[in-house]
Amino acid sequence: MKTVLVTGGSRGIGKAIAKNLGLTCNVAVGYSTSKEQADEVVDAIQTAGGNATAVSIDVTDQNSVNQCFETVEDVYSSVDILINNAGITNDNIFPRLKQEDWDSVIDTNLTGSFRASQRAIKGMMKNKWGRIIFISSVAGISGNTGQSNYAASKAGLIGLAKTISKELGSRNITSNVIAPGYIETDMTSFLNDEKKEDIIEQLSIKRVGKPEDIANMVSFLCSDESEYITGQVFPVDGGLTT
Amino acid sequence: MEVNEVFDKVKNLFVDELGIEAEKVTMEAKLEEDLDIDSLGIVEVVMAFEDEFEIEIDDEELTDVGTVGQAVNLLHSKL
Repeated sequence: MKTVLVTGGSRGIGKAIAKNLGLTCNVAVGYSTSKEQADEVVDAIQTAGGNATAVSIDVTDQNSVNQCFETVEDVYSSVDILINNAGITNDNIFPRLKQEDWDSVIDTNLTGSFRASQRAIKGMMKNKWGRIIFISSVAGISGNTGQSNYAASKAGLIGLAKTISKELGSRNITSNVIAPGYIETDMTSFLNDEKKEDIIEQLSIKRVGKPEDIANMVSFLCSDESEYITGQVFPVDGGLTT
Repeated sequence: MEVNEVFDKVKNLFVDELGIEAEKVTMEAKLEEDLDIDSLGIVEVVMAFEDEFEIEIDDEELTDVGTVGQAVNLLHSKL
């Protein structure tokens, strides 16, 4: 059975990804601050008959990333699949955006994925098999008002994923990007009903996305059926970016 | 560790990690031309060396390494 590490696996989209992959993989549920919620995800996976463990990971700290991988490798022997999902927002309209808010978002969302991916690839190269999935955003494709830092970080993931796909395809390591649209999570809970209606108006499928919509795509890209797919960006957005 | 011991370990890594035929791995063998190791293969070899010998190899140190013998001598000098 393959082992997957999901960063930011305790909440939102990461939680849905972890639970879905728990049906087919050993799951390491990475968390930075929400240990209790990570334990709940682990319980849910185990109740459904799967194997899971909660593991602390701060993607802004290489030592923490290394420690996390060592822990997972001790429990399950290898990390075969990495889901780079941990991310934050610090929104402000660009002319007012402070550099500290730029730096923190880039450091977590983009550089954090670099840290985890580089560590993951060590084992994947040895095993000559690996899957890396980056959870980007439609903001990284189209931009989004008030999110210049977030959009830049999510666009950066696309360049990173595509390059990894070229460098490591010969070792059976694939690298793909999923770009969620508006998904109902804590991260989008600040939107009021009126704003939500405006968003739904722009969609072909007339509802806001669910975390499970993303998780289903992740599971496909982690499966053997997707072995010929690499270096691609998949919007899962109800038709927002068509 | 003697040079020939380093060579034996290096040879094992080439055979086990990269699936290269043992008889091809000589001190004179050129990594790219004789052993068909591409740039990513070199990275794999270096990472395997680092794990096996518990050392760190800087990219600058690799610029003059083109043969198995040169790799063995570099490793020997670092142990």
